[in-house]
Amino acid sequence: MSTSSSSAGSDQPAAARVLEAREVSLSFGQTPALRGASMSVATGEILAVMGPSGSGKSTLLHCLAGILLPDTGEIRFAGRRIDYLGENVRTGMRRDRFGFVFQFGQLVPELSVEENIALPLLLKGTRRADAVSRARGWLERLDLAGLERRRCGELSGGQAQRVALARGLVTDPEVLFADEPTGSLDSLTGERVMDLLVVAAREQNTSVVLVTHDPRVAAYADREIMVRDGKVTSGELIP
Amino acid sequence: MSVSLALLGLLEREPSHGYDLKRDYDTFFGRGKPLPFGQVYATLARLARDGRVIAAEAEPGAGPDRKRYVITEQGVSDIETWLATPVDAEPHLQTVLFVKVVLALMSGRSAEAYLDAQRAAHMRRMRELAELKRTGTLVDALLADHGMFHLEADLRWIELTSARLGALAKVVTP
Repeated sequence: MSTSSSSAGSDQPAAARVLEAREVSLSFGQTPALRGASMSVATGEILAVMGPSGSGKSTLLHCLAGILLPDTGEIRFAGRRIDYLGENVRTGMRRDRFGFVFQFGQLVPELSVEENIALPLLLKGTRRADAVSRARGWLERLDLAGLERRRCGELSGGQAQRVALARGLVTDPEVLFADEPTGSLDSLTGERVMDLLVVAAREQNTSVVLVTHDPRVAAYADREIMVRDGKVTSGELIP
Repeated sequence: MSVSLALLGLLEREPSHGYDLKRDYDTFFGRGKPLPFGQVYATLARLARDGRVIAAEAEPGAGPDRKRYVITEQGVSDIETWLATPVDAEPHLQTVLFVKVVLALMSGRSAEAYLDAQRAAHMRRMRELAELKRTGTLVDALLADHGMFHLEADLRWIELTSARLGALAKVVTP
């Protein structure tokens, strides 16, 4: 059932682990944010990372995504260490293999819905016509049909977050990182976004790292881990 | 929940047989725990004795229940009073969760491990209810929501208590 901090997730077969943190520590100046955090995510698994404010859960997500580099410890993605890779390589990895959804969609307000969704594809070098075509394919799936030309600055919170979700998934990423993806939404709208996120991730077999402090959101995940004081203090293993 | 008041409330819609009342109770309120026929008839008999319902003459035909029941004015009054009275907002000041935490601290066991295990158990139930919401009817979803909000309250308490175990230990241990 529950596991200790150092072994959370380590009983999974290595091949099943798409992403893994091993004894990761990171300080901001004199302030430790992570203190030997270990965990793993299986292929196709939706994992909730829970914990109180300031516990280190978002820092852990940023380390797993190669945005931050740990002071000590290892981050492995698809069996390969990524914590010593250069910034350019990590940027390419984030662009090509990861997707992101944040609490406040972080869309480009001047761009239309379909342009925002197509953005990661355009940054990858996909031809514009192809990128827009693929972006349009997501409109219906996420209840956004009819909004393709709408500027993102004119959307409701729920619509904007669904656009952000489409943008996070449009490249068919191996891992989707979602940091409080419903934190700015009311309960019903948040549930709709989570329903769509789970269905889309399952269809693509995308692993999801879902940072949330909300148990109702975490209940959408296959399992949850707790981060407290920079450590992973508990987490159920996949049966 | 009071089965007699629930049956009385169902009966207020229209005169019904016990079988119909049982069927509707199971559909809307049973949630996997059907009401035994014996309890239905015993409850109706008690309501009739107390003047809340009237049992009409048995109708001819086969089957155990050929009586149609009709709610009385007193029965309607009971329902009105019941619906207008809020359920006690139970303070739960003596929860088993709290007792376990305190006893763990008093005995030098790990209260944190207990709270972690309890959180995992609560989250398992949350996932079951979330699945019920996704796959069930609107009635299922609303009942699941009720359960999830209660679990959420417990989980918030578990988080707060986890963060205060050190302070609590000083209060409850010599």
